Amino acid sequence: MYPSGKYRRDWVKPLLFSRLKPARLSQPEKHPASTIPPILLPANYLMGQTPPSQHRHLQDTNNCWHELFCLRSIFDRLSNIPIQVAGFLLRCDEQGSRDPATAMGPSLWAWHTAACAVLFLLAVPSVLHAQTDCLSCHGDVTMQDASGNNVGVDAPTFHSSVHGSLECSACHTSITAYPHPDHPQAVKCASCHADEAAAVVGSVHENASDHPCTSCHGSAHAILPKDNPRSAVYPLNIPATCGKCHGDAAMAKKNHLANVYPTYMDSIHGYAVSKEGLLVAANCESCHGSHHILSHTSPQSPTYKTNIPDTCGKCHAGIQAKYMAGIHGKALASGNLKAPACTNCHTAHAIAQPSMALSTPMCGSCHKAQLSTYRDTFHSQVSDLGSYVEVARCSDCHGEHDILPASDPRSPVNPANLVKTCGRCHQNANAGFVKYEPHANPHNRRSSPVLYYIRLFMVLLISGVMTFFLLHTLLWLIRSLVEKTNGGFAKGGK
Amino acid sequence: MADQTKTVTGSSASHQAVAGEPYVQGSGGERYFFRFTLMQRYMHAIMFTTFLGLAATGLTIRFSTNAWAQHFAFAIGGFGAILFIHKLCAVTLTLEFLYHVKDIAVRILFRKEKGLLWGPSSMVPNLQDLKDIIGNFRWFFGLGPKPEIGRYAYWEKFDYWAVFWGMIIIGFSGYVMWFGPFFGRFLPGWALNAVQIVHGEEALLAITFIFSIHFVNSHLRPDNFPMDTTIFTGVMTEDEFKERHGHEYNKLATEGKLDEKLTTRPPTWLVNFSRLVGFTAVFIGLVLLVLTVSAYFRE
Repeated sequence: MYPSGKYRRDWVKPLLFSRLKPARLSQPEKHPASTIPPILLPANYLMGQTPPSQHRHLQDTNNCWHELFCLRSIFDRLSNIPIQVAGFLLRCDEQGSRDPATAMGPSLWAWHTAACAVLFLLAVPSVLHAQTDCLSCHGDVTMQDASGNNVGVDAPTFHSSVHGSLECSACHTSITAYPHPDHPQAVKCASCHADEAAAVVGSVHENASDHPCTSCHGSAHAILPKDNPRSAVYPLNIPATCGKCHGDAAMAKKNHLANVYPTYMDSIHGYAVSKEGLLVAANCESCHGSHHILSHTSPQSPTYKTNIPDTCGKCHAGIQAKYMAGIHGKALASGNLKAPACTNCHTAHAIAQPSMALSTPMCGSCHKAQLSTYRDTFHSQVSDLGSYVEVARCSDCHGEHDILPASDPRSPVNPANLVKTCGRCHQNANAGFVKYEPHANPHNRRSSPVLYYIRLFMVLLISGVMTFFLLHTLLWLIRSLVEKTNGGFAKGGK
Repeated sequence: MADQTKTVTGSSASHQAVAGEPYVQGSGGERYFFRFTLMQRYMHAIMFTTFLGLAATGLTIRFSTNAWAQHFAFAIGGFGAILFIHKLCAVTLTLEFLYHVKDIAVRILFRKEKGLLWGPSSMVPNLQDLKDIIGNFRWFFGLGPKPEIGRYAYWEKFDYWAVFWGMIIIGFSGYVMWFGPFFGRFLPGWALNAVQIVHGEEALLAITFIFSIHFVNSHLRPDNFPMDTTIFTGVMTEDEFKERHGHEYNKLATEGKLDEKLTTRPPTWLVNFSRLVGFTAVFIGLVLLVLTVSAYFRE
């Protein structure tokens, strides 16, 4: 599901696509089967009696319960002191069966028994809430339920996750006792993360077939804080996380989405994130938000046309200020949806470089007549043949973000400013030189009558000369061929 | 007598520089007649070389949106290279044009060559040309005999004047564009726009004309096929002389001056070289013609 290797930035891979694999726990030591009589179920349970189970792996082995008594990890020990103390005491009891009272002395034995009882009673209510209890089965990462679903939890990963300090039952609320139902209720992230869950409602991901939380954040047992560089939602990892779906061509096609991940990764934003590791560079979330992602057609979306200047302006504040002062920004602010926002010229994901020859067709997609007349000029011809030569494109004369109408005295194409504007390229530009009309249309008799008639004359000259001589040559050819084949027919005066 | 020949052909010393007797006959017994001086042949060579360069680079600029233009520009080093070659060829051709004008002026003003301005050996069109046009069209339709053409056929005169006029128009408009700020000081604003139209359209006419009409009329038509190399070697055979310039031939024959035009057979290497150059130029020209016409009608 995650993006193809072609676009994946190599260094992201170890952070995101390799699972955290702690050293596998050593096989638990085998303890001798307990001989203690079943006094209470928990005690029985603690001491190694194999409970009835449908779990397949438990049918093969009966020693997993003894893991409770192995020195597995500091976490295990610390979080389960009551149980362990209880177990220890019971084991003391067992060992002291030859005559603990004699061995300890009556006074100590009395204290021992009391402590045992208190601690054991303390231990009982926590039994099924403690992680260790659950992990004693589910700690086997290969564990599967009857349907074949993986129900194992990698303990070290879990303990280092944001949820590591929580008891299992905090999320798996339907499991309160053992044995637990085969099909416990689904975990509801919303019970804690109510705001985020509410935000997902109404977003484009609301009806996603994958789990709305874990498909981005990863398994709940492995979620890391957002500022952890290994977190799936760490700013540098977000593109790859979103790219798991939005870099999948098949998925994009199925859902009528643009396959934007590769485009983004090749953009200046993607480069800044993946190559430079810039936390401030725009990742998916910067523009689209996180939980409440809306379609760009929704007026509340940060990618809705009128909101785009603000969205880009979160970082590009200086450009936004210029843009808002220009003719395009004013038009958009007044609600004219035909006016270009940032993405209309720069594109949303590829972030095209404005110096590219693409800029003229970009402007021309709205300013069609101006593009057509520009195409007739030497400027355009140079620009088409490209490379190595500086040439006037739209923005060189008209400015870019703060484009103003020619009537505005601040506009570079205001007649008063033309000598300076043209002079940027044409040394010695003068008042006569700037009378050149860069957008003259010789096809339009009204706007440029002189040019119209000059062009008409030239076209008539070409067609006249070519018609006469093509006819002349064609007839000549035919005549010559006729003479050659007819052996000098009608050679006349020759 | 000899002076008159020189009047027509300019300096005639160079064409007889080939070793051997002056009246060597070809292997088939043909006799060779002198037509163009070495300088005229060089002038033509320089002109068609620069013209091909101007056409190739100019068309690339004119039809810059076409993929072939962009690939060509990319291949030879971008727009800078295109414009450099264009200007280099333009300056070379300008110098040649100025040399030619100087040559004509000297011959008219100082050498007082009267035949240059009027008469059968002049490039100036006259009534006979009109008669030849009418006669030729009658012949095309089988209504009359094939007219006998003088030293310069009307289509050759048209070629000459088209190029002459074209070089003035295209050259001037080109220099206006090149030195825009300078010409902007005294030309009206619309002229700066007009020069581009005139330059491009006149050049299109020149290109389509040369690469179709001139190629066929002067180099490829059935009489001359596959290649008339007279302008490269400077000579033609007696048959060719009679066929193409029958009027001049008959006139010289009746006046008994034919022998003054006899010359040596061109060396084999020159004939082969001429064909190679001719075919190369024709090939380049035809490629450019196809590209031009297809691009023009797609605009």
